[in-house]
Amino acid sequence: MGKIKGAIVVDTDRCKGCGLCVVACLQDVIVMADKKVNVHGYPYVEPGSNADRCIGCSACGIVCPDGCITVYRKRMED
Amino acid sequence: MNQNNIISPENLVYAKPELMNDTPMHYCAGCSHGVVHKLVAEVVSDMGLEEKTVGVCPVGCAVFAYRYLDVDWQEAAHGRAPAVATAIKRVWPDRLVFTYQGDGDLACIGTAETIHALNRGENITIIFINNAIYGMTGGQMAPTTLLGQKTSTCPYGRDPELHGYPLKMTEIAAQLDGTCYVTRQSVDTVASVRAAKKAIRKAFESSMAGKGSSLVEIVSTCSSGWKLTPVKANEWLREHMLAYYPKGDLKDTTDL
Repeated sequence: MGKIKGAIVVDTDRCKGCGLCVVACLQDVIVMADKKVNVHGYPYVEPGSNADRCIGCSACGIVCPDGCITVYRKRMED
Repeated sequence: MNQNNIISPENLVYAKPELMNDTPMHYCAGCSHGVVHKLVAEVVSDMGLEEKTVGVCPVGCAVFAYRYLDVDWQEAAHGRAPAVATAIKRVWPDRLVFTYQGDGDLACIGTAETIHALNRGENITIIFINNAIYGMTGGQMAPTTLLGQKTSTCPYGRDPELHGYPLKMTEIAAQLDGTCYVTRQSVDTVASVRAAKKAIRKAFESSMAGKGSSLVEIVSTCSSGWKLTPVKANEWLREHMLAYYPKGDLKDTTDL
């Protein structure tokens, strides 16, 4: 049976760093970027060291108030 | 497996709704308004009504909603959105007409307009964002502020002897014969966001089917007004707000 893998892309310039996606992510994929801010001066989130654990469930995107997260999902044949 | 192999258009499962444009939203970080804006955009797209939707903006934090969603909008005077929506729907019966109002707009200055529009059974949907505080003007006490909740105008907590009791507009609306669908939802978790989307869809569909007025209350957070982080605000919402404003359908005569 194929394994499902996911990936996320964060629009870091739109992100305000509220952190709701960090809580919503059950795979601990998303982390707050360390001591960095975007063009608007907000802290922001990014896929962390666990990025390969993403299953593409879209939980982060659904709770994101600013629509910053795009989610992709693919069934791997192995 | 390289992440870049997964990131391609055919694998896309979730993105910002097409109707939401790239203008950066002025809302504070973690504000529930953004989630509800997204849900409205998604439902309007799903129903294929992009060219036939007219929203009515309130006065309050959502006053700039017209900047973010690419549907037709009309700005209304403070609290008068249901009256404006009544006129639009009567002139254009084939349009999807909804108002998007906060608790200060709907439950305080616009109580009369809201109750009478709902009681007349106008075929409009009212989306009611209840965050128990005046967010835009600096966190003053609203009619929906919980007992004991501290705001800038009741710094020792809301006292019923002095300030009265929190107003349950949705329960009032459920008593009116003109309403067909009255529900209370929240957008604090993934499951609740999905449920709220279904509720908004049902309300829009019953408006278009001419079944009467719909009221969708969304119990929301105001992390700036509550002086909490967005994550803590969601926890506070679950602990305190949902205890006084329980979620669920209060009235449903739509048969949809």
